[in-house]
Amino acid sequence: MARAVTHQRKTLNTAIAWGIGLLIFFPVLWTILTSFKTEAQAIADPPVFFFFDWTLENYAVVQERSDYMRYLLNSVIIAGVSTVLGIVVAVPAAWSMAFVPSRRTKDILLWMLSTKMLPAVGVLYPIYLIFIELELLDTRTGLVIVMMLINLPIIVWMLYTYFREIPGEILEAARMDGASLREEILYVLTPMAVPGIASTLLLNFILAWNEAFWTLNLTAAKAGPLTAFIASYSSPEGLFYAKLSAASTMAIAPILILGWFSQKQLVRGLTFGAVK
Amino acid sequence: MATLHSRSAARAMMAPAVFLLLVWMLVPLTMTLWFSFKRYLPLRGGDLGWTGFDNYVRFVTSSAFWPSVQATLLIVGGVLLITVLVGVLLALLLDQPMWGQGVVRILVIAPFFVMPTVSALVWKNMFMDPVNGLFAHLSKFFGLAPLEWLSQAPLFSITLIVSWQWLPFATLILLTALQSLDREQLEAGEMDGAPPLARFLHIVLPHLAQAITIVVLIQTIFLLSIFAEIFVTTQGSFGTRTLTYLIFQRVLESQNVGLGSAGGVYAIILANIVALFLMRIVGRNLDA
Repeated sequence: MARAVTHQRKTLNTAIAWGIGLLIFFPVLWTILTSFKTEAQAIADPPVFFFFDWTLENYAVVQERSDYMRYLLNSVIIAGVSTVLGIVVAVPAAWSMAFVPSRRTKDILLWMLSTKMLPAVGVLYPIYLIFIELELLDTRTGLVIVMMLINLPIIVWMLYTYFREIPGEILEAARMDGASLREEILYVLTPMAVPGIASTLLLNFILAWNEAFWTLNLTAAKAGPLTAFIASYSSPEGLFYAKLSAASTMAIAPILILGWFSQKQLVRGLTFGAVK
Repeated sequence: MATLHSRSAARAMMAPAVFLLLVWMLVPLTMTLWFSFKRYLPLRGGDLGWTGFDNYVRFVTSSAFWPSVQATLLIVGGVLLITVLVGVLLALLLDQPMWGQGVVRILVIAPFFVMPTVSALVWKNMFMDPVNGLFAHLSKFFGLAPLEWLSQAPLFSITLIVSWQWLPFATLILLTALQSLDREQLEAGEMDGAPPLARFLHIVLPHLAQAITIVVLIQTIFLLSIFAEIFVTTQGSFGTRTLTYLIFQRVLESQNVGLGSAGGVYAIILANIVALFLMRIVGRNLDA
């Protein structure tokens, strides 16, 4: 280190950064805190921060009244199955593009990316109509298919950037040692590809969980995931802050935790390898 | 090295993904184009025949069109301005040595993982509500009349909510870019006696240029299609009807599919213009 950082400067940095960090995080913190208050405390003026009668009542009420579990299950199934299916389709594609690139690989990758840029609202009615015709409206199957397709380009891209980092020499060495293609894939490549696949899985699960255009437009009571569940709190239940907060906390908690693990993948996944 | 055999195997491995995306792109797109040239009202007579470019003309000449373009530009522009400016400052700050850097990063990134319906509803009710919202309490504390955020400053309110959601994305990408900056260059500048602002303008900012461009392009594509934030707050009233929301209303609420589809085609063209620039950068990186 050529430059010595003074203790004072570091303290100042820390104070400012923590202040701003807490300010940005505050709406999330406030929601979590409010979820443990009574309705009266939730709208108290002046607001109460930590010193109130902590209660779990809101969580119980939300569960009971609005069938939270069904929405949660829908979210898990839609986000989970669509991501896994997407990976199953994308792994071979990303694989071949990374290891057997041709002149058209780049064009195909960019074309895939361009499908992601298609504004959803531009194809809203066709999808809606197809869903009615195939009786997919308000079904988990329908949502799984749509979610898989909208995330497929990101999945292919992320996997491609991970696979490309696997050195080709290792493959050649395995081949020299007489490994068959099957053995090569199973014992040499797969172990090296697992971290990349896991990261891709994580980020796309999060993206699918939070998707709120198709879920709001293509589901109702039966297949609605948590995004739709929260939208149903818009009014008048939304005015019961403590319950709104409990519902919100339950909807975002799993993803906040997963999200913290996926900071690095976020950059790679959403900039298509352009920022590393 | 690749043999003919492995080439055809590679093609077969790519086929499912390419096929699915091709269908996903072409079928709805063709249908949208088809409907856009028709007078099609599912609830009022159904398919009433071809109308040429009538829908395209009517979409842009309707009284709702220009206000929606304006709302879209203000929201997208506002969010871009806020997230890039604050994002650069925040990234510079987070790049400094401090205690608990990891925790601060987590705090700053958190909003990105909050689903859009939750953040919109929490901001709308718990912060911006003119009676019980935290902002109302705050303004009363300072002796001011509480503002009815979503009806008196609707565009600003939505811009604020969306900026809060996207600031983490901008910050994280700019921070990542910043960390790849060559420290020796900065130190050389410092030794040559360049003041901090000059070092920022001549060394740091050029280094961040590509990352900023990427942030702007990617965010623009996502911001052009924000939906949930408007859906659960103002439902498009008070001048917050963006192009996306207008098309949604034409298609699903008033079931004027022809007109909405023409709007959809405009939205697709618009998004593609932005995408073209993005692809050029991404493509260049692919070669590197």
